[in-house]
Amino acid sequence: MTTWVFAYTDNGTAPEAALELLTKARELSDPKVFLVGKASDQALVAFGNHGASEVHTLDTGDTLPSGPAAVALAGLVADADAVLFGAGNTDRDVAGRVAAILDRPVVSNALDVASGDEITVSSEILGGTLGVTTTVTASRPALVVTRPKAFAAAPTGGGQAIGVPVAGPDAGRATRAVVAEHHVEASEGPSLEAAKVIVSGGRGLGSADKFELMDQLARLLGGAVGGTRAVVDAGWVPYSYQVGQTGKTVKPDVYIACGISGAMQHLVGMKGSSTIIAINKDPDAPIFAVADLGIVGDVHKVVPQLIEALASRP
Amino acid sequence: MNIAVCVKQIPDPATPYQLDDDNHWVIRPEDQVLDDTDRSGVEIALQLAEATEGTVTLYSMSPSGTLQGIRQALAMGADKAVLIDDPSLKGADALTTAKVLAAAMQKEGFDLVVAGTESTDGYTGVMPQMMSQLLDVPCLSFARKVDAADGTITIERQTADGYDVVTAPIPALVTVTAGIEPRYPTFKGIMQAKSKPVTTFTAAELGVENTPGQVIRAVTPVPSRAAGEIVEDDGEAYVKIVELLEQRKVV
Repeated sequence: MTTWVFAYTDNGTAPEAALELLTKARELSDPKVFLVGKASDQALVAFGNHGASEVHTLDTGDTLPSGPAAVALAGLVADADAVLFGAGNTDRDVAGRVAAILDRPVVSNALDVASGDEITVSSEILGGTLGVTTTVTASRPALVVTRPKAFAAAPTGGGQAIGVPVAGPDAGRATRAVVAEHHVEASEGPSLEAAKVIVSGGRGLGSADKFELMDQLARLLGGAVGGTRAVVDAGWVPYSYQVGQTGKTVKPDVYIACGISGAMQHLVGMKGSSTIIAINKDPDAPIFAVADLGIVGDVHKVVPQLIEALASRP
Repeated sequence: MNIAVCVKQIPDPATPYQLDDDNHWVIRPEDQVLDDTDRSGVEIALQLAEATEGTVTLYSMSPSGTLQGIRQALAMGADKAVLIDDPSLKGADALTTAKVLAAAMQKEGFDLVVAGTESTDGYTGVMPQMMSQLLDVPCLSFARKVDAADGTITIERQTADGYDVVTAPIPALVTVTAGIEPRYPTFKGIMQAKSKPVTTFTAAELGVENTPGQVIRAVTPVPSRAAGEIVEDDGEAYVKIVELLEQRKVV
């Protein structure tokens, strides 16, 4: 039997998230990859080295990938044990469409997957406060969407995987969606996912211009700047800054939450941080329940003092 | 343009959620509120309707209860609502929800469907994509900006390192991320919301059956983080932060 891993690439390389899924997939059964995009030799080597024998590749050109990718993948996986998807936007788009085509449920937010008589998925719900074990009772394949960084990638030393081109299927009206332009938004400093330190601001900062304080502090610490959904909604910072359930999941060494109350939707994205420091004037703010150090005080006083102290260090 | 917007009534996120013992489903009180993540979708729909002289219809699957959450979205300016309230749909998963909402939209007609990317209480994050397949329309997902002109929808779709401009003719489905400041209801809007029409359907009327394909076997509390040190700022609290940063070797 087979466990499929979904992967999407826009530059021909094997995405790290897919190698993580592949490492889990080969524990479950014979792993194969379904790749949307162009597969370079380097990608086939990386997939092979993580246990895949075959990489089935669909190049959707300028068409928005999700529609054709879902039809093609649904056609391949009818006899499979499971299909694993990452947390990326295209992963989720394809998972949902495949589920509707095959009439199978999707289990989301998976942290672990086990295979036996039935496929069992471990996940966390309600802002990561409850752990849940779910059994897929529908016929196979089980469709599983995983959380970011749920598994660690480990190579097997296997040789280059065989690339198998997949013909573009008839995907109905979904193929009318066209990707007209690509834009890369450059940002200075480390990315939120890679940063060792994250300085994050919330509504408590009061106004958009106060994010300059976050930039200054992050620069001094060699870190990245994040924000809550509330400040992204208010237009203070772009969506790419958003940490939380509907934004990015981060696990830095140190997370400094400034003027953030700690809504459930924010906590789920950052409570995996090694050390959490919170500054908020409301002593009852939920953020203090997850903080290693909580300062009940005014961010407009504490943060400038902190910046001055760090800037004056030799 | 005839715009359908998915909205969800959820238990107030400021109150602790509870699960029932038998099925581990979230217990839903009479009084539920509009999911905050849906406000961006309602806002976009209202803007597009204003630009195209269109109408905005809310679609929701939930116990009718007080309809507080639906009224909140109507108060923002939506014209009417379609509600699917059926005890047989209790515990429905994302796929069943998608079948129900898609069937209702097909019955009522639509040019564009707008949804949030995921709900706050369940956050499976795949329901709109399922609907797009069932409705045979493109899914323009993770949009941070949406424009409509001459029957074509253009969005800025969030990607890992920036955004793509994606276009499709209607009919289409759009999912919107945060980043669009929703309007506040006016007093007039709140008063008008009370008399706006709410149509209800049962699952049987839509020809959908709730067939669960997954069962929750066990629920266990995740161990919470060890309690930290909380200090009141006396003008010197920043020193504590510097000390901790030193201990963690980030300065």
